[in-house]
Amino acid sequence: MQGLKEFLRRFVRNWPAVGGFALLMIVLVMALAAPALYPGSPWDLVAQPFLWPGADAQFRLGSDMMGRDLGAGLFHGARVSLLIGFVATLVAVLAGIAIGALAGYYGGWVDDVLMRLTEMFQTIPPFIFAIVLVAIFQPTVATIVLAIGAVSWPAVARLVRGEVMALRNREFVQACIAIGMNDARIIFRHILPNTLAPVIVTGSLMVATAILTEAGLAFLGLGDPNVMSWGTIIGAGRDVLRTAWYVTAIPGVAILLTVLGINLVGEGLNDALNPRLRQK
Amino acid sequence: MPPTLRFLLRRLGQAIPIILGIAIFNFFLLHMAPGDAVDVLAGEAGGATPEYVAQLKAKFGLDQPMHVQLGKFLWNVATLNLGFSFRHNMPVVDLILARLPATLLLMICAIVLAFSAGLVLGVTAARNLNKAPDRIISVMALLAYATPIFWIGLMLILLFSVKLGWLPSSGMETIGGDLSGAARIWDVARHLVLPAVTLALFFMALYTRLMRASMLEVYGLDYVTVARAKGVGERGIAYRHVLRNALLPMITMLGLQVGSLLGGSVLVETVFGWPGLGRLAFESVFQRDYNLLLGILLLSSALVVLVNLLIDLLYARLDPRIEVA
Repeated sequence: MQGLKEFLRRFVRNWPAVGGFALLMIVLVMALAAPALYPGSPWDLVAQPFLWPGADAQFRLGSDMMGRDLGAGLFHGARVSLLIGFVATLVAVLAGIAIGALAGYYGGWVDDVLMRLTEMFQTIPPFIFAIVLVAIFQPTVATIVLAIGAVSWPAVARLVRGEVMALRNREFVQACIAIGMNDARIIFRHILPNTLAPVIVTGSLMVATAILTEAGLAFLGLGDPNVMSWGTIIGAGRDVLRTAWYVTAIPGVAILLTVLGINLVGEGLNDALNPRLRQK
Repeated sequence: MPPTLRFLLRRLGQAIPIILGIAIFNFFLLHMAPGDAVDVLAGEAGGATPEYVAQLKAKFGLDQPMHVQLGKFLWNVATLNLGFSFRHNMPVVDLILARLPATLLLMICAIVLAFSAGLVLGVTAARNLNKAPDRIISVMALLAYATPIFWIGLMLILLFSVKLGWLPSSGMETIGGDLSGAARIWDVARHLVLPAVTLALFFMALYTRLMRASMLEVYGLDYVTVARAKGVGERGIAYRHVLRNALLPMITMLGLQVGSLLGGSVLVETVFGWPGLGRLAFESVFQRDYNLLLGILLLSSALVVLVNLLIDLLYARLDPRIEVA
């Protein structure tokens, strides 16, 4: 409890991190409010096409070339970006923890095999790999989440492995082994909780990458065709860039601010959780 | 045996299992892809008799057991035969090699730009710690780091091609320009500016942040205090003493980012219609040309391995404390 208070005190003193947190909260509120504010589907053709932002009080953010409300797209898109960003990161973090913990704790051939596998996944260019996975398994929210997870776990695995290897030889773990505690309990109860801080920092920054990856996939036309994503709007708006650039510009700013918010929070977490590094 | 050669051989020994693993992985992905070459051909012929399908399957060896097919596939990969693209009616390797130079040109320009600008900005920020230049550079880097690469490309097209009309917005050369010599180089260079800047921007932000942090770290070391004590000027300290050591993490990062750079070039090439490997990957997705798509994945992974090998050699040359052996 004392630790949490200390952490919050440090985090709140860091104004960029607080600003980032505020940005993130705005996006979260947008995501939560989307069904209430825009009850219809964001794909519905509700307005006159090519309404510029501010031209019509009913559609404040304007409409695209088909007459879809951009405001609805923006709010519903926030749901998709946040959902995919967080769930894909969760998948990657869980997979990375499992592989990193096994490799770091058991060492020997287990470590060799798992680290070769990690190296292999790290060699494949991540974005191209994600494209291949989504193209082969067809784009749905689930395949996109799994594809982004599949390309981002290696960093976590390496981090956790290093931490676990260092903790493995500490006296308190040796003591656990000496009293005959089973491996699962040592790993879950005594080792992993001590690796939490760096994993949280890495994970928070991975959410930003995941959101950018999702937007890139959707921009290329590899988004789930049933959900409205910011990347999809930009991909469609591209064709009318010359005449109606606001269709492209607005969702891009939304992605930028969301990713910026996450990066600021991630760095704030890093500073608050590793106070020794704060001066750097 | 000279140490460099021994090092090279050892690194190749480590790289081969990785490439082999990726090739095996590729094989299984290819098998999970909906529809094989036979389905494509039969479909294009407008439906085919079961006998004809069986005949085709036998012709491509698709009727053989999995491990035989895998063995054949690996042998083909080892002899640089990545299969046939039925869409382009060309071997995959030829298609990729035809598109590789455009991508390499784009990537090299982007990385040189990102590295040099990142270096200059990072050093400037570190030398003016917490003063106005540092604040401005840090905020710009933070913004560039969060910007989707394809979106900034579209915004640059909007500004420099649509509104100002200064630079071409797509392609690599003026169509029907029929230029040669210096005029052609100038034409390609003009087409290259926007895609290269777009691809470079994210990495520029990354290198700026890294260089700043790395400079600050080296500034804290004892030998810098010694240099200052013996009266070396601030400029001399920054450029002659700190910069050189601060460069090493930048070079490591260069190797780590090759893969992301290739991924970024898919988006940039799609935005700018740049006729490279990334655009080929994009096209192959929508033509359901999985042979080609996976060939690109395999060869781009091989490129990552190769570049990292070169960077390790460079690293050992730059920092004598690291031995190649």
